[in-house]
Amino acid sequence: MENPIISFEKFSFKYNAQAKPTLYDIDLSIRPGEKILIAGPSGCGKSTLAHCINGLVPHSFAGEISGKLSIDGKDSAKLSIFDVSQVVGTVLQDSDGQFIGLTVAEDIAFALENACVGEPELHELVLKAAQSVNVAGHLSHAPTELSGGQKQRVSMAGVMVDDVKVLLFDEPLANLDPATGKQAIELIDLIQKRTGAAVIIIEHRLEDVLHRHVDRIVLMQNGRIIADEAPDSLLSSQRLKETGLREPLYLTALRYAGVEIREDMQPWSMESIKLSGEDVEKVRSWYKAGEKTGEKCEKEALLKIEGLSFAYLKGHQALSDISLEINKGEVIAIVGNNGAGKSTLSKLICGFEKPQKGRLLFEGKDLSALSIKERADHIGYVMQNPNQMISKVMIRDEVALGLRTRGVGEEEIQSRVDETLKICGLWPFRSWPVSALSYGQKKRVTIASILALRPEMIILDEPTAGQDYRHYTEIMEFLSLLNKQGVTIVMITHDMHLMLEYARRALVINDGRLIADSSCADVLTNPELIRKASLKESSLYPLALRCGIEDAALFVQRFIDYERKVEGK
Amino acid sequence: MRNIFNFVDRPSPIHELTGATKLICLVLWSLAAMTSYDTRFLIVLPLLSFALFRLSKIRISDVSFMLGFTAVFMVLNNVLVFAISPDHGAGIYGSEHILLGRGRYALTAEQLFYHANLILKYLSTIPIVLLFVCTTNPSEFAASLNRIGVKYTIAYSVALALRYIPDIQREYHEISQAQQARGIEMSRKESLVKRLKAASAILIPLILSSMDRIETISNAMELRGFGENKKRTWYMGRKFTKADIGAIIFCAVLAAAAFVLNYINGGRFYNPFV
Repeated sequence: MENPIISFEKFSFKYNAQAKPTLYDIDLSIRPGEKILIAGPSGCGKSTLAHCINGLVPHSFAGEISGKLSIDGKDSAKLSIFDVSQVVGTVLQDSDGQFIGLTVAEDIAFALENACVGEPELHELVLKAAQSVNVAGHLSHAPTELSGGQKQRVSMAGVMVDDVKVLLFDEPLANLDPATGKQAIELIDLIQKRTGAAVIIIEHRLEDVLHRHVDRIVLMQNGRIIADEAPDSLLSSQRLKETGLREPLYLTALRYAGVEIREDMQPWSMESIKLSGEDVEKVRSWYKAGEKTGEKCEKEALLKIEGLSFAYLKGHQALSDISLEINKGEVIAIVGNNGAGKSTLSKLICGFEKPQKGRLLFEGKDLSALSIKERADHIGYVMQNPNQMISKVMIRDEVALGLRTRGVGEEEIQSRVDETLKICGLWPFRSWPVSALSYGQKKRVTIASILALRPEMIILDEPTAGQDYRHYTEIMEFLSLLNKQGVTIVMITHDMHLMLEYARRALVINDGRLIADSSCADVLTNPELIRKASLKESSLYPLALRCGIEDAALFVQRFIDYERKVEGK
Repeated sequence: MRNIFNFVDRPSPIHELTGATKLICLVLWSLAAMTSYDTRFLIVLPLLSFALFRLSKIRISDVSFMLGFTAVFMVLNNVLVFAISPDHGAGIYGSEHILLGRGRYALTAEQLFYHANLILKYLSTIPIVLLFVCTTNPSEFAASLNRIGVKYTIAYSVALALRYIPDIQREYHEISQAQQARGIEMSRKESLVKRLKAASAILIPLILSSMDRIETISNAMELRGFGENKKRTWYMGRKFTKADIGAIIFCAVLAAAAFVLNYINGGRFYNPFV
C-alpha cells in the first residue's frame, strides 16, 4: 500500500483562546488519490481539522499541539505554511472573499507570482489552469462580473496551478445555488480523476456531496472521529442521525416505509441502490396508506403585488411584471438561481427600492406612501449575515433599538423586549453582550430585534445558511412557532430541504419573472422548472419513479406529512 | 458602480508606458505646472496635454464626470479669488489698468491676466491627472511601484484596496437600508448628535463584517504563499522600454524649463505690463 500523503497520529489541538481542546486523539490517514468526505455538525472540529491540514493551524491560529501530523512524509511541525501550500491546495468556503486579484487571470496567477515564476511560463500556466476549469473565456473579467460558481472555479484553478497533491475544499456548497452546487461536485470529481490528487471535502450536506462517489466518509463529533468508513457502510447504520446530521432523503423515506438499509444494497446514491421487489412493494403500500391531508385554510390576502417591474439600470430589467398574493399566516419560500431577482423583490417589498411600475397593497392599503421605517412596522427584514445587522453591545439594547427610534415609552420598551426575548429563547442571555453568542444565537437576536416591532410579516434572507442540521432545525422550529402565533413568514432560500419541509408554497423566480407559484412538492418534481431556476430535484422523485409511483408530487407530499407527524413538527 | 480608478482599457501608446513611468511623469509635470506662472509656458502645457489626450484615445465622455467636477471647482476658485482679493493681480504685477467699474471691485487688466493664468494652470494639470488615472491599470501600477523599489507587500495593498472597494460600498448600502428599516435616519432633518449615532449603527456592523473579510483574505493570501519570498513576479508586470525613458526625459526637461524660466524672469510671474 502506498504511503499516506497525510497522516495524523494521536493528534490533539487546543486553541490558545480556549480552555478545552478542539481536536482529541485524531488518527487518520489519507492516501494519494483518495477522495474523502469529512462530515459532522457545527463545532465538531472539522474546520479545525482542515486548518491543521493546510497549515493555518498553527501558523495563523496558534495553539497547543500534541501527537503527530505528517504531510507528504514530513513532520508538519517543521513545515512553514508556504511549504504546506506546495502540497495542499485549499479552496475556502467564501468564494467571494478569497478572490484576491482584480481579474480572473491575476487571481489564478497569485500563487505563481508569489513563487516567483517568471515569463513566459506564468502566462502559459495561468491559461492552462483556466482552461481546465472552463474559465479561459473570462481571464480579464473582474470578480463582480462573475457568478458564484465561476468564482469558485477560479479559486480551484488558483490552487491547481501549483500542481498540488491534495485538494482541500472547505464547505464548497455553502454559497452556491443547488444546480451550481451539483456542477461543483461534478467538477471536483473530474479534476480528481484527471490530476490524481487526493481530494478532501469538508461538508455537512452529505446527500449533495454524494452526487458523486467518495471513497470514505470521516464522521466527526465533539472533536473526535467517530466513524471512518465507506459510504455504504456508514449510510446503512444509524450513526448519521445520532450525530445530528441528515441522511439522504431517499434513505429516510425507505426507512419510513419499513425497508431495512443494508450495506450490500449500495445505498450511497439513488442510482446505485438496489431495491428488491419486496422493498418496492413496501414503499408502495406506505405511499397508499397515507391519508389525504387536505389542508384547509381560509385565504385572506396580507400582501398583494400587482404588475411589479423594476430595473437598477435602464434596459436591464431586474423584475418584470410580478403579480402575486401572500396570505395571512402563510410560510412561503422564494427560490431561484443567483441573480434571478429574489433579493430585489424583497427590497421592493421593504421599500429599499422604488418600483418603476406596479403597486404593493398591504391589507388593501397602498404601500407606496409609506417610508422604509413605516413599512418596517408591518414587514420585517432579516439579513442573511447577523453581523451585518447588530450594532449594539448588549442584547437588550439591540432588541430595543427599533422601539427606541420609534419613540416608544421606556416602560413599554422593557415589557416588549422581555416578551420578545422569552419568545426567542434568549431570556437566559438577556444581560449578556452580543459578542458572547454563537452565530445561530446572533441570528436569533436579529430576528428578535425585528419581532420587537411586532410586524405582521417577516422576510428572511437564507435563514439557515451555514447552519448544520441541528441548528437548522432549531431556527426553523422557532420560525414555525412564530408562524403558529400568526406571523406570516417569507424565506429566500437555496435550500431545497428547507423549502420542502417548512414552506407550504414556493414562488419560483427566474430572470426577473415569476415562473411558478405552487406547492413545494409540485415544484421539486417538475424537471422543467428545476432546470430553469437552477434548483435540484429531490431524491424522492427518482425513488417514486423507481417504485412505479406516478404522482411523484403526491409521494413527496406524503413524505413531508409523515415526517411532520413522526418528528412532531 | 464606478471605481475611483477609472481605468479605460483602450490600447494606445500612453497605455503602453509602465505605471511607474506615468507616475514619475505626472510628478514632474505637476512640478513644472506648479512652479511656473510664466504665461507663455502655461499656454504650451495645456496644448501638449491636449495632444497627449488625443494620443491616448481617451474620449471626453470617459472623463465627463471628472471634467464637470473640476470645471465647477475652477469657476468657484476664480470667483472666490476675485471676491477676496480683487487687487491680487495689481499687487503681483505692480501696476493697475482699470478696465471696468470703480472702487474696490474695479476690474483691472492685471487681475484679469492673473485669472487667465489661474485657468491655464488648471488646464495644464487636470488633463494630465485624468490621463494618468484612465490609462493606468491598477495591477500593473502595483507591479511597477514594486519595480521602482516599493516593497511588494505595500505595492500590493494598492491593488487589493481597489479590489475590495466595490464590495465594501455594496455592503455599506445593504447595511444602511436594513438599519433604516429599524428606524435609523441619516437625513438632514435629524440633529447632529442623532446623525452621528445613526452613522455608528451602520459603521459598527460594517467594521465587524469587514474584519471577517480581512481574516478571510489574509488567510487566502497566506495559503497561496504571499509574503513568503522577498520578491515576487507580476502577471501584469511590464518591462521598461525606450518609450518609458523617453517620456521621463521629456517631462524632466519640462520641469527644468519651468525652473529656468523662474530664473530668467526673476520670479514666478511673467509680467507683460512693464
